[in-house]
Amino acid sequence: MIATAHDFALPDTDGRVHRLSELTATGPVVVVFTCNHCPYALAWHERLADVAHDYGFRGVRTLFVNPNDGERYPSDSLEAMRARVADEGWSVPYLHDEAQDVARAFGARTTPDVFVIDGEMRIRYRGAPDQDYEDPAANALWLREALDDVLSGVELRRPETTPVGCSIKWKP
Amino acid sequence: MLTAMRPRIELLWWQGCPSTERTLADLRAALVDLGLDPDAIEVREMATEQQAVDERFPGSPTIRIGGVDPFPADDMPGLTCRIYRRADGRPSPTPDPARLREALAQAVAA
Repeated sequence: MIATAHDFALPDTDGRVHRLSELTATGPVVVVFTCNHCPYALAWHERLADVAHDYGFRGVRTLFVNPNDGERYPSDSLEAMRARVADEGWSVPYLHDEAQDVARAFGARTTPDVFVIDGEMRIRYRGAPDQDYEDPAANALWLREALDDVLSGVELRRPETTPVGCSIKWKP
Repeated sequence: MLTAMRPRIELLWWQGCPSTERTLADLRAALVDLGLDPDAIEVREMATEQQAVDERFPGSPTIRIGGVDPFPADDMPGLTCRIYRRADGRPSPTPDPARLREALAQAVAA
């Protein structure tokens, strides 16, 4: 059974609000729960940014969402998110899930935790970007395959994998 | 293989990071390479913030060789995941195996 994604509207580091249902109206959306301080999220970051670039030309939008408690983990504060976006010249919106409601609604467990949502707001893929955070050549293959399948309108080869990363830092 | 391991080797970990198993495997492999006992590693879980502070635990995983962290970090103690760097600069949740082996070899030789 394919789950329906929870709609959300979250601000990015510039305060611009991104609403999921508005984005899926024009094509698939990749939602990546990620953060600043997790080595797994950092190890996979470039690969995920490459997917956002490569599939952007095919109508896929990508959102990075930071759900971590920025008070207990200051490197995940909004200020730190802004600094990272500026320092690294991100082109992907970095959304702040301050209340952690979106991460909870998606059942996100780790950073990173990747979801592909199709134009009908259905969650078509959930899991890790690829099989090995340590190997850049893995190239986010699982995510790329999922997007290829969604864009082709065929059954997904691998609709779910186990997310691998740091536990989300929930507020007490 | 040496039965008595010098110096003391500790692996401190926290359940929020899935890096312990790989780190332990790398550590055991390095010890075997050096002819040391891989079963002599002291593996200790950090379960609370207070314990992290008391142990000066900068994140998981942390290795100590003779009480010294071979990859010293400036991070504040806490229950978090550590960021290591591979030789080419890539971030990683685990220490570079070659550097780990080198640190162990130096400690044994000292």
